[in-house]
Amino acid sequence: MSTPKPQTEQSTERRTFIKWFAIGWAAFAAIVGGYATLILRYLFPNVLFEPKQSFRAGATNEYALGEVSERFKDKHGVWIVRDQEKIYALATVCTHLGCTPNWFPNENKFKCPCHGSGFYTTGVNFEGPAPRPLERYKIALNDDGEIIIDKTKKFQQEKGEWSDPDSFLLV
Amino acid sequence: MLEKFKQTQFYRAIFRTGGAPIATHKQRILVTLNNVFLHLHPVRIPKHAVKIKYTWCMGGLSFFVFLVLTVTGILLMFYYRPTIEYAYGDVIDMKEQVPLGLMREIHRWNAHLMVITVWLHMFRVFMTGSYKPPREFNWMVGVVLLILTMLLSFTGYLLPWDQLAIWAITVGSNMAGATPMVGAAGPGSSLLAIGDVNFVHSASDARFVMLGGRFVGEGALLRFYVLHCIALPFVIMIFMIVHFWRIRKDGGISGPT
Repeated sequence: MSTPKPQTEQSTERRTFIKWFAIGWAAFAAIVGGYATLILRYLFPNVLFEPKQSFRAGATNEYALGEVSERFKDKHGVWIVRDQEKIYALATVCTHLGCTPNWFPNENKFKCPCHGSGFYTTGVNFEGPAPRPLERYKIALNDDGEIIIDKTKKFQQEKGEWSDPDSFLLV
Repeated sequence: MLEKFKQTQFYRAIFRTGGAPIATHKQRILVTLNNVFLHLHPVRIPKHAVKIKYTWCMGGLSFFVFLVLTVTGILLMFYYRPTIEYAYGDVIDMKEQVPLGLMREIHRWNAHLMVITVWLHMFRVFMTGSYKPPREFNWMVGVVLLILTMLLSFTGYLLPWDQLAIWAITVGSNMAGATPMVGAAGPGSSLLAIGDVNFVHSASDARFVMLGGRFVGEGALLRFYVLHCIALPFVIMIFMIVHFWRIRKDGGISGPT
């Protein structure tokens, strides 16, 4: 029959054990958390093999008055529209769920094939489920007088951004 | 002849109960317990458990359809290349030129079928009250399996790379873009910014990590392919193991009370 250890000694041992137990688990959790962070970061590539976000769209006189140009629709996803006083670049992304609407010159409107949203040439929605107008991209002239469209900067009508001078070219 | 074969070392090494005729109840149980595939099944089941009218066998059918999908899916992978250049052409090839041109259709029909059987299984479990204690945890595992089934269905949808696939995934992934906080178009995303620097934008949000790009393109096709063929089947199998094990541990199939 063994005699029980003195109470004080036992509790010291337990305390030491719990301390190292906690340190061990904390280290383990930190390593697992570190790996999880690395894996999450791994899923965001540094280089995208996608078309450039800005492109040159020719001179202003290449666009006729009242024209909706589909020249850059396939390659860059942009309609270039010229009205009485200005040129602006409309995104070809439906504001409902992101399909590409079609331009119907005879009916003078954009119509989305997915759920039937309709937009005027200005980009303002008038029918179907789209909740807001099409977005416009930044448009400017470079030193050679060429139109440069920058898709990284967007202008939304409902935020009052269409009055921003970067969102259109006066002609 | 067969009796003689059953006495060989070869046979007895595989079937440890040997070829002796089953005489006792214990021997009968051991036949089941000593076989890795048979032991997944209970040694005895209540009478109501075999009634088609009670279970519809929907859980078993879901698993069977999953097995068909696994086999046909592996076969499809021999011909399908997940790149924008080849994907659509390979799917057409599988119909027109590859022998047994129905393979892809069998996979597709079974995919539709699995969604249906999983829903019906869930409906049956709900209507018979089989989600009640002690089976409430298995109900939760089942909900995860339902979600995984739908994610498999969703990721497989993109792989044919036709207009329907691309636009369906465009629409589906735009919903991810509207996730609160982590979606660029979602509520609260502008809160995660310091000054003018936005941390959640179209090249860093939930939609982007799903597509591996700003739109449904090469990155999205490859990601969905890996998710569909490797990652999601791996996860769903783990949950299926837990699901089947818990049926046994929670007292087998529930009965009418």
